[in-house]
Amino acid sequence: MTIDWTWIADHSADLTALSLSHLQAALSAVLFGLLISLPLAVVAHRVRALRGLLLGLSNVLFTIPSIAVFVLLLPVSGLTRTTTVIGLTVYTLVVLLRNTVEGLDSVPVKTKEAATAMGTRPLRVLLTVELPLALPVIMAGVRIATVMAISLVSVATYIGDGGLGQLFTDGFQRNYPTPVITGVALTLLLALIADALLVALQHVLTPWTRKRA
Amino acid sequence: MIQFQAVHKQFPNGTTAVHDLSLDLPEGGVTVLVGSSGCGKTTTLRMINRMVEPTSGTIRVAGKDVTEQDAAELRRSIGYVIQQAGLFPHRTVLDNIATVPLLLGWGRRKARARAAELLDTVGLTADAGKRYPHQLSGGQQQRVGVARALAADPPVLLMDEPFGAVDPVVRTQLQDELLRLQQELGKTIVFVTHDIDEAVRLGDRIAVFRTGGHLVQCAPPEELLARPADAFVADFLGAERGLKLLSLTGIAALPQGAAPDGGRWELLRDPAGKPLAWRDTDTDTETPVRPLKGTDSLLSALNESVASPTGLIARVDEDGVLTGVTDRDTIHDHANRLHVTASRDTLAADDADTLAADDADAPAAAVAVEAVEAVEATKGGGPA
Repeated sequence: MTIDWTWIADHSADLTALSLSHLQAALSAVLFGLLISLPLAVVAHRVRALRGLLLGLSNVLFTIPSIAVFVLLLPVSGLTRTTTVIGLTVYTLVVLLRNTVEGLDSVPVKTKEAATAMGTRPLRVLLTVELPLALPVIMAGVRIATVMAISLVSVATYIGDGGLGQLFTDGFQRNYPTPVITGVALTLLLALIADALLVALQHVLTPWTRKRA
Repeated sequence: MIQFQAVHKQFPNGTTAVHDLSLDLPEGGVTVLVGSSGCGKTTTLRMINRMVEPTSGTIRVAGKDVTEQDAAELRRSIGYVIQQAGLFPHRTVLDNIATVPLLLGWGRRKARARAAELLDTVGLTADAGKRYPHQLSGGQQQRVGVARALAADPPVLLMDEPFGAVDPVVRTQLQDELLRLQQELGKTIVFVTHDIDEAVRLGDRIAVFRTGGHLVQCAPPEELLARPADAFVADFLGAERGLKLLSLTGIAALPQGAAPDGGRWELLRDPAGKPLAWRDTDTDTETPVRPLKGTDSLLSALNESVASPTGLIARVDEDGVLTGVTDRDTIHDHANRLHVTASRDTLAADDADTLAADDADAPAAAVAVEAVEAVEATKGGGPA
């Protein structure tokens, strides 16, 4: 199996476009996943009765085969980017919801009580004490969800999207390995870069975890 | 300043935390709530700032029923120091202290300036302000906790076992500084502890609680120690109750004589006149001396007299220069008189009899034995 470097050079513009489209699909999914998970996690954290239900539901969604999700969505949103993003979002939920709930659980009761006892109102306690302190655990979830979404985008090739995944079908159809290998390498690269950026972001957002005594 | 009127607290699981509590806490004093765990002292404290709501009864702060005020606003007007500081790990020390001023809308600049000022008040360097709580020692964190509670200058300060998690040496330091701060600030402080020694040290009044949320006795420490209301309180105050009373009085009034001259024992002094050691001229050995100032307690005088080979304690002025010596008998007599007086002072209160009489008649020898025990206890690191 040899790599045809000239093919890569000839298609560099396409590869860049596919990479960006790939990344955009994955990141949108994580973003929507977070927007959905955060409020649900707060509910699951506060209301014990709903906790099992919400976490269980996200687990069930996760077990649906990815192709099935896209097929099920076709009547709703058709062969569009929207379908891709909705499908991927469903998969990010299980990690994001669980980690956000666990993050909120990890905030010491004493610290929350201290905030309340100082005269902080509940919403402000959530926004300025609970979420910041839950951030390391939430960010761990965001990292997993992001890497997972980046690797999953390829599946959307079946509905005509799929970013770098299109290189795989192209390569298979023509029995030409270069696009397949390039696609795998670029997906890996995107995942690594995204993860590194998230680590850096977390570093910036949680200055208190950096300085040791 | 703070009034409890027939306050009752029952938790949903059926346990009664506070039973029919009526108590008036005067303005500008330190009231210490003591009792073993589960006696309702912390619940009582937390009802003042509505961290716990009473089942029935009324609590007033500065004449206003707490339940009729907005809980968050009420809490901003009451300083709260929590066990193990309860600082916000994600905020710098300065921002921790600025919490309430920020909530009150002072603006970041003014709030931080106030916080910086308080760092100094509680004995921390400006450099500590930029750190995060976990970068400080336990004692320093407690100071930050106190500073945070004082930030908006609230008239009332609630302290829930604030010094429970620091080692005994640091705890004593923090207690001293609290007393110093309180002299300057004159806050109305409610202080919860399970340590009776801490209560005696800090309290203007001590309220003793019994399991089931019953307030048994609330009195100034002298009265509590001289005449506990019942066997429970006496038990709680411990076997060294009589000695604790001695810890509350200074020795300034004790007469002193000249240091012995020409006998077997010689008191060695440095050129400035500061006592150093007792020298036994027979054996040519020296025993170090811990000289006492007028502000030192009668208990430390008793302790020194027991430890001293001559039975004499060396008395010094503010600069540490020898002013004279006092002998064991004088200290014992004084201690004994103190007990008699303390008991009599409270005789008028109600049917006082046996306890007071017992104290008054206690032979000096028994006190000395207790003193030795106390010395040993201190050597062993003191009560935990």
